[in-house]
Amino acid sequence: MLPMNRRRFLATTAALSAAPLFGRPAFAASLTAGFVYVGPRDDYGYNQSHAEGAAAIKDMEGLTIVEEENVAESDAAVKTMESMIQLDGAGLIFPTSFGYYNPFVVDTAKSYEDVQFRHCGGLWTDEDPKNAGSYFGYIGTAQYICGIIAGHMTKTKRLGFVAAKPIPQVLLNINAYTLGAKSVDPEITTQVIFTGDWAMPVKEAEAVNALVDQGADVLTCHVDSPKVFVQTAAGRGAYVTGYHTSQAKLSPEKYLTGAEWHWATVYKMFAEKALAGEELPNFVRGGLAEDFVKISDYGPAVTEEAKKQADAVKAEVMKGGFAVIKGPLKDNKGNEVVAAGTKYPETAIELESMDYLVEGVIGSTS
Amino acid sequence: MNADLGLWAVPIAVLGGMLRVSTPFLFVSLGECVTEKSGRINLGLEGTLVFGAMAGYGGSYLTGNPWAGVLLAGIAGTLFGLLHAALCSLPRVNDIAVGIALMILGSGLAFFFGKPLIQPAAPMLPGLSLGAWSNVPQLRSALEVSPLFLIGVAVAVILLFVFKRTRIGLILRMVGDSADAARAMGYPIVPVRIAATAFGGFMAGVAGAYLSLYYPGSWNEHISSGQGLIAVALVIFARWNPLACLGAALIFGGAGALGPALQSVGVTSGYYLFYAAPYVLTLLILFLTSSPRRALEGAPRELSITK
Amino acid sequence: MSEITDRAPLSGFQVRPLLGEAGRRRLEGFLIPLIALLAGLALFGAFIAANGKSPVEFYQLVYRGGFGTWFSLQNTMTRAAPLLLTALCVALPAQLGLVVIGGEGAFVLGGLAAAVVGPLFGFAPGSLAILTMALAGICAGGVWIGLVGAMRHYRGINETISSLLMAYIAIALMNHFVEGPLKDPASLNKPSTVPLPDPMRVGEIPGMDVHWGFAVGILACLAAGFVLSRTTFGFAARIAGGNARAAAVQGLPVGRLILAFTAAAGAAAGLAGMIQVAAVQGSANASLAAGYGYTGILIAFLARQNPVAIIPMALLIGGIDAAGGFIQRRMDLPDATVLVLQGILFVAILVSETLSGRLLPSRNAKAGGAS
Repeated sequence: MLPMNRRRFLATTAALSAAPLFGRPAFAASLTAGFVYVGPRDDYGYNQSHAEGAAAIKDMEGLTIVEEENVAESDAAVKTMESMIQLDGAGLIFPTSFGYYNPFVVDTAKSYEDVQFRHCGGLWTDEDPKNAGSYFGYIGTAQYICGIIAGHMTKTKRLGFVAAKPIPQVLLNINAYTLGAKSVDPEITTQVIFTGDWAMPVKEAEAVNALVDQGADVLTCHVDSPKVFVQTAAGRGAYVTGYHTSQAKLSPEKYLTGAEWHWATVYKMFAEKALAGEELPNFVRGGLAEDFVKISDYGPAVTEEAKKQADAVKAEVMKGGFAVIKGPLKDNKGNEVVAAGTKYPETAIELESMDYLVEGVIGSTS
Repeated sequence: MNADLGLWAVPIAVLGGMLRVSTPFLFVSLGECVTEKSGRINLGLEGTLVFGAMAGYGGSYLTGNPWAGVLLAGIAGTLFGLLHAALCSLPRVNDIAVGIALMILGSGLAFFFGKPLIQPAAPMLPGLSLGAWSNVPQLRSALEVSPLFLIGVAVAVILLFVFKRTRIGLILRMVGDSADAARAMGYPIVPVRIAATAFGGFMAGVAGAYLSLYYPGSWNEHISSGQGLIAVALVIFARWNPLACLGAALIFGGAGALGPALQSVGVTSGYYLFYAAPYVLTLLILFLTSSPRRALEGAPRELSITK
Repeated sequence: MSEITDRAPLSGFQVRPLLGEAGRRRLEGFLIPLIALLAGLALFGAFIAANGKSPVEFYQLVYRGGFGTWFSLQNTMTRAAPLLLTALCVALPAQLGLVVIGGEGAFVLGGLAAAVVGPLFGFAPGSLAILTMALAGICAGGVWIGLVGAMRHYRGINETISSLLMAYIAIALMNHFVEGPLKDPASLNKPSTVPLPDPMRVGEIPGMDVHWGFAVGILACLAAGFVLSRTTFGFAARIAGGNARAAAVQGLPVGRLILAFTAAAGAAAGLAGMIQVAAVQGSANASLAAGYGYTGILIAFLARQNPVAIIPMALLIGGIDAAGGFIQRRMDLPDATVLVLQGILFVAILVSETLSGRLLPSRNAKAGGAS
């Protein structure tokens, strides 16, 4: 444990010496919060949703925000966090990309016990450091509602989904979207194309074209930056539902709705607690009811019938306990994945390790 | 309503992919073909392409005219070409190394100045519908091409003519094949190479504008996935023949569309391997068509990479 | 092709009366890059000033974020660690006049091979398993870039192009295996291979927050420098690099040299990949393709392909990287600022080659670079 002590000692001295050198006033009840993004802050997508959350708390009394973008999911992330602690005096760090968690956030948290780390997307457990934690939003339920809208709007009964990789978060979105559409009409299928990485504009555009060629007329995506996706799909005359943030202004006519993050809720909660000297929760999750995620305003094309059903389901979700994934449910290979009578509400931890695509999805998980 | 095409969707998607995805490869490789004919290689066209994408998008956004964006991208590309040419004209300065340096510098400058351009929407280049005759919507959409693609095809034909039939082409080839002979004939070697590299830069800049203003039609830091670098490989693959550059660009574009198209008809596993198909194909053809004994056919003999 | 390797012959091969000449060259070999670096820094300073920011503040932050404190210095060394080896992947073939730019491919495959082999040795003591993993990484990388050399020698395929294509293929293979057959089901949202158990992890250098990969990289650079300057093997490479045809005529085994140097180059990058897995990530996943192979190109050229000079250059670039985030946060400059600085330094160093042999004029006329 010697290195840890030495490092902590260094941390304190560096934090103390940083302040006078750069003329930052050191408030007693002040806090510096560091945000680490994996991509550019203004990507119309995932990173932007976090940067908007950070911007929402920027003016809080006593709070200083430091941000760094394009930080790779490697020891570069460790060094960025350490640099925020040592050189900026950060006391609360938000590493916002899933791949940062293990081992990078966990290890850094062990070395800096008096700094709080709250990571987006990870699964914090009791065995992880107490000064670490994770938060995430139940966006699958929002995708379910978008799927209902899509189900009403499709004429070909084929939906398209452009996704990066078949990981649990993505599979849950695909499944929820499909189940939402199937609740409107069980005949509807969703075709998935995986592009293999989080930001591949040309492949995303090609995937949209291939899906539209196959007859898909409502599309959505799970990639980091949906801008190209939305523009290409709308250009082909298809309807789109958005993801991460609202892409409505890219195509007001074709944009039906979207599943958006609303991280401001989470960041405000953490910052307020930290400034007040309260303990920060380690495991934070929330959905539509908790205002962690939201649904984009409906576009002009959305029919009254679609709105009515979507709003009704949303009202149901707001009451709590609503389950998108419930038995009997088969995967698209015909195996039963959820037995009749079993329900997984959005809070169910099982959903965070999903490894199947439900019946009605055309695509495979590997 | 879209017709259900079944497996026919794959060739149609590949055709569409050829026409949509190939244009940046075509422009960069034609430009690089001219540069290499003069005896220089510019690996920095990747950086030029990225900068062109940014400049084109910015130009279109600021003027409201996408063609002004294309022009601006071309001018920016020309400047990068001139920079490369000027640096390489210094004694002992290696053209490959300068290319790699300009790749970093070009991308760096593009990202630096491009930050404020990620959010705004710039006017896009219009497309031409060549498929109006067909009643299959997928085919109509596949045949929706950019005028830039047609310009690229025309440039390929013109370059072939220039190389084979004109005095300019003769001088260019002589400078690239034997600097000594060209010097003896009294042709200006350095100016010819500078002009050839500047042309290559111009084409790469326009290629970038195609990416940001037509397909996929967006400016962000991931807009290029190495098109500028691969296009340099395609020139060797095409044996410095402009028409073969066109062919190589089409094959590469079509192969790139194969992965998504196969997934859309249900071939869903191993997509990483399908995505690598264009690279494997290029390497394979290079392998099959090279020989250790003779110099590459059609290779400019002054070119460092074929020496 | 030959310009880049056209460096001063090493003093070991100088005949006595020319010692003064050798000293002059060595001084020049030190002065020219130094002048170039300073000129590049000045040029970049002007760029920063033109964008309304203070170059003084910028360089102060680079110093503070990259070198000024023990924390910053360790940050720099950590970032330099993989770059030392990936730069060797460029510098070694460059001795023969080959420009290999696909070290990224050897890096990811080396990492993947290590992650696959490691868990097979669960029964063995940690150090043996680590050694086996290192060998696996070395072999995977060595074969990959060795193939590039073989294609160059036996089929005349340009190594720059083939190594680039091979890098794309390697990354696709790595992704395919990590997200398919080799995926650890527990890795969930970050598909990875099975994590290495603790005894197989490469730790930190005692007393430092820097993993052993840094020391391995330094040793590899020094060893490469020694082999190149003090052995007949290195001498043969130098001749072949100057003029391959002449070397072949003289009976030097050019083909074998090409294979050996490209394989060694790939081995270096593969070892870097193994270290990245064993010391940093703990498993192989898509994060391996973070561009270390490409940054290695920059460093090798900054070091003018001299393996020993790679050490300070890797530290310089590592330091700039380390400071990059700090600058982003403090000066509100985009992260690409660092890329611009790297590009300008790169250009400056290359342009300075033109001064070589002219900065300190020689008494006797010397042969210029081949063209």
